[in-house]
Amino acid sequence: MRKSASSTLAAAGALTLMLGSLAIAPQAALAAGASVVEEGKAIAFNRKKGNCLACHKMKDGTLEGNIGPALVNMADRYPDKKDLRAQIWDATQVNPNTIMPPYGKYKILTEEEIDKVVEFIYTR
Amino acid sequence: MNRLLLITAAVGALCAVPLASQASPEEDLKAFQAYFQERFPNVPFEDFANGVYAIDKASREQWEAIEEFPPYEIAIEEGEEMFNTPFKNGKTYASCFRNGGIGVKGDYPYYDTEKGRVETLASAINECRTKNGEKPLKYKKGKLASLVAYMAYTTRGQIVDIKIPFDQRARDAYEAGKHFYYARRGQLNMSCAHCHIDNAGNKIRADLLSPALGHPTHFPVYRSKWGNLGTLHRRFAGCNKQVRAMPFKAQSEQYRNLEYFMTYMSNGLPWNGPGARK
Ligand code: HEC
Ligand code: HEC
Repeated sequence: MRKSASSTLAAAGALTLMLGSLAIAPQAALAAGASVVEEGKAIAFNRKKGNCLACHKMKDGTLEGNIGPALVNMADRYPDKKDLRAQIWDATQVNPNTIMPPYGKYKILTEEEIDKVVEFIYTR
Repeated sequence: MNRLLLITAAVGALCAVPLASQASPEEDLKAFQAYFQERFPNVPFEDFANGVYAIDKASREQWEAIEEFPPYEIAIEEGEEMFNTPFKNGKTYASCFRNGGIGVKGDYPYYDTEKGRVETLASAINECRTKNGEKPLKYKKGKLASLVAYMAYTTRGQIVDIKIPFDQRARDAYEAGKHFYYARRGQLNMSCAHCHIDNAGNKIRADLLSPALGHPTHFPVYRSKWGNLGTLHRRFAGCNKQVRAMPFKAQSEQYRNLEYFMTYMSNGLPWNGPGARK
């Protein structure tokens, strides 16, 4: 459910971008959400930032590694977004021997960047 | 990276529980090799000396083609020439090694009970130089790498047989190397074992991770990414930097102990250096 809602969001975002300044107020509000997802994607895919593709397959990714599980149906799998954020912030909380870097705990990403990555991963 | 992060990372590494219990080196060796043979049941044991090419058919063919005209050949020649050129005092490298220095790479690393430290071939080469009034060479690449390449070449085909003598200090050096291998490090908080044991054969982005078993047999290595030859400790530093950890100096105590542990773990494989890698 949430997944389809967010793809509508993304579509609305794209439309708003195309319409540019012609966009009416409600659309502008939606566009903010969509751009957060886009920013999150850029952070997640950037090799010097999240570099999540080093280990995870996900939609729109290329040359992904296979160390971690494919990231799919995230909204269904994480009904509470906080759990998803916690996994990214410090994966050792769930699996003490994990190879996944503790993005928040070791400040690999800022808190704001993590929020954006969470929004993006939630759409996968 | 800022200081604070490095400190956090260092604390992380210290807190990491070493997977290693206090098993004897012999027990470690058995378990280590059995793990890889189980993980890659179709790889003949000797083939682990070939790194990633032991487990990847596609890249193995390209590699075999490269080995027809090996990019490290010039380095072997340069090393041989240096090896045979007398120092200013008239002596040569041959005077510093058993058997005139031919086929002796397998003598290293060893625990030197007099010096109380792990001795490597690279450190022995520089010691030979300084003893004969020559300046030491840089440890990561260049002339020293070429000398090691030549000495590795004359050792090809011998079997790795590193000893951990029954001496507490040697055991401690071995344990320190082992601890290094399993300890998390760097801002990305990963251990060598995470990549080369737990995930050997998996892909990190587009790179296939090679098994730890056999890593030291084929060094020094000509890497196309480097465009020249590099020593084992150069590679250690590279893998430390990948996880945003502060690398140690080549031939530091940490890296010598690491080499000691890793080479012991490859006992039974053929020495096959120098090698060629991506
Ligand atoms: C070096 C490897 C590596 C990197 C890089 C990595 N992960 Fe992971 N990730 C894993 C592994 C392995 C797991 C499996 C669970 C575990 O061991 O912690 C995992 C699990 C997860 C999970 C839980 C999946 C599930 O099925 O519940 C999420 C969500 C996740 N990672 C998101 C991310 C995001 C987002 C990034 C980048 C910002 C990232 N990971 C980067 C290795 C990695
Ligand atoms: C983030 C993953 C990662 C970590 C952590 C890591 N390595 Fe590597 N290492 C690689 C990759 C990728 C390569 C190149 C492909 C290959 O041969 O595995 C490599 C290559 C090597 C090689 C060369 C292999 C050959 O056949 O020439 C050695 C030796 C090595 N690593 C040792 C180490 C040591 C020692 C540590 C810990 C100090 C370490 N690595 C940590 C990813 C890693």
